Amino acid sequence: MSEPAFALIDCNSFYASCERVFRPDLQRVPIVVLSNNDGCVIARSADAKPFVKMGEPFHKIRGELERNGILAFSSNYALYGDISERVMTVIESLVPALEVYSIDEAFADLAGIDDRERLGRVIRAQVLQLTGIPTGVGIATSKTLAKLANAAAKKWQRQTGGVVDICDPVRRDKLLKVMPIDEVWGVGRRMKEHLTAMGIKTAWDLAQADAQTLRRKFSVVVEKTARELRGISCLNLEDAAPPAQEICSSRAFGQRLYEVEPIREAVASYATRACEKLRAQGSFCKRVRVGVRTGMFNPDESKYAKGMVVELPHPTDDTRLVINAALQGLELIFRPGYAYAKAEIMLMDLRQRGEFSGDLFADEQPEATDRVMGVMDSINAKWGRGTLRPARVTLTPGWGMKRELKSPSYTTRWDELWRVRCR
Amino acid sequence: MGDISILGPVGSSCIELPFFSSRVSAGFPSPAQDHMEQTLSLDELLDIDAPHTYLVRAEGDSMTGAGILDGDVLVVSRALTGRHGDVVIAAINGETFVKRLNVRGDQVVLCSENPRYPPRYVLEGDDLMIWGVVTDSIRRHRSHV
Repeated sequence: MSEPAFALIDCNSFYASCERVFRPDLQRVPIVVLSNNDGCVIARSADAKPFVKMGEPFHKIRGELERNGILAFSSNYALYGDISERVMTVIESLVPALEVYSIDEAFADLAGIDDRERLGRVIRAQVLQLTGIPTGVGIATSKTLAKLANAAAKKWQRQTGGVVDICDPVRRDKLLKVMPIDEVWGVGRRMKEHLTAMGIKTAWDLAQADAQTLRRKFSVVVEKTARELRGISCLNLEDAAPPAQEICSSRAFGQRLYEVEPIREAVASYATRACEKLRAQGSFCKRVRVGVRTGMFNPDESKYAKGMVVELPHPTDDTRLVINAALQGLELIFRPGYAYAKAEIMLMDLRQRGEFSGDLFADEQPEATDRVMGVMDSINAKWGRGTLRPARVTLTPGWGMKRELKSPSYTTRWDELWRVRCR
Repeated sequence: MGDISILGPVGSSCIELPFFSSRVSAGFPSPAQDHMEQTLSLDELLDIDAPHTYLVRAEGDSMTGAGILDGDVLVVSRALTGRHGDVVIAAINGETFVKRLNVRGDQVVLCSENPRYPPRYVLEGDDLMIWGVVTDSIRRHRSHV
């Protein structure tokens, strides 16, 4: 067995970089990307970072962005999802094994590869060439160290060319001593305060801390982190994530809603989406929770939030049954006179098909349902989401998300393809 | 490890295998059964599933001589860097065009395929990026609806 080695490949300012792929004119224009409903800033290109803080509400900084020549985009998840898949496919073709960790980062297993730094540079160059997305690569003998090396690659982009290999213990320790504790994977703001109070300020301090104390004061997870920082690999590449135990679909409305009818539409639409996710992972659910709430922060609005769990007639993945149950629940929790801001659907008590051991007389999902749902999913896979849908679900709802600054879905819709001039 | 080259995406293949279910009850089995081959796939021909393949729409008439008409869908590969004679998606100072790439020694010229459009010489101060190379184009000859 060769020594463990991992790479963490991370896309730089991923959402902002995606917005630039089909806009060569924005190569040098600073960009921010906004959250759902154009609420606040969730991503910034490197050249926008000095001017805009993360999480800043868009309506507050709109004028300032314009003055600084910074362009704002609504989030375009169809585009980001497609580019992410391309990036991951490219990396996967270059490494022995890959764990896609999030939409813009992945761990690769590099055990047994001799010139790891060179491979890191090849990955970086290929992803940039084939997708237009800049990345950083951190390489080390544990996942936690790879993550730290990646942070270093980002911090000293110019000096490192975006690739940092700290498999060598001397280089590793040198980096540990200059990296502040909150750059370590899994150390959040509160834990940082605790650790700092104990005199643990750098990654090196944490690596040297007493294992017993860490376990007693925090958890085994933190103790493991310290061991990983010492170069001992405790975390392996994870296979595909296990099926989710709960599936949630929730979203703020584009505007406040006062009547029950548009909320019914929203609930039906969220339930449809949740059931698609449910079938994609091959599960059944037994109960569905529906919830609604008003805005929670505006002092001039009366506040109300309520949810309820509705039992389904039998374990199912049938969109129609779930919508029915959710709408029954909605009738019971809806109170007129409030300004509703958000609805949520949660599918609960999830099991894989066949894992439900009902009694002899328990109802089961009829086979015909499987066929109907199967046909619906395959039509929607081919022609686009929402092509075939329950009549309750509207395609262009009045309550839909506000995304006034969205770029086209360049790669996922025929009518929005990138238009290039022959002039 | 020696040279590393991209072999293509790892994942499920999109090539459809023929589904053969000629039911034989009492009759004669289909004589074609032994000669079945893969069904043809345009995805495969155009390499659509590769992570480096992109579709863009051509707009305008400057490339008609190359057989690219207004509204055609172009298949663009980012795996190719562009050499003399290629039809490319070129961004010059941030503006993007479909052009024929002409390389004469050090001189790069972006040419149109329509006499009404003069060639664009790439000068020293110009910022040229070859976004991708056009490998195929798709034209619908019957109106959609």
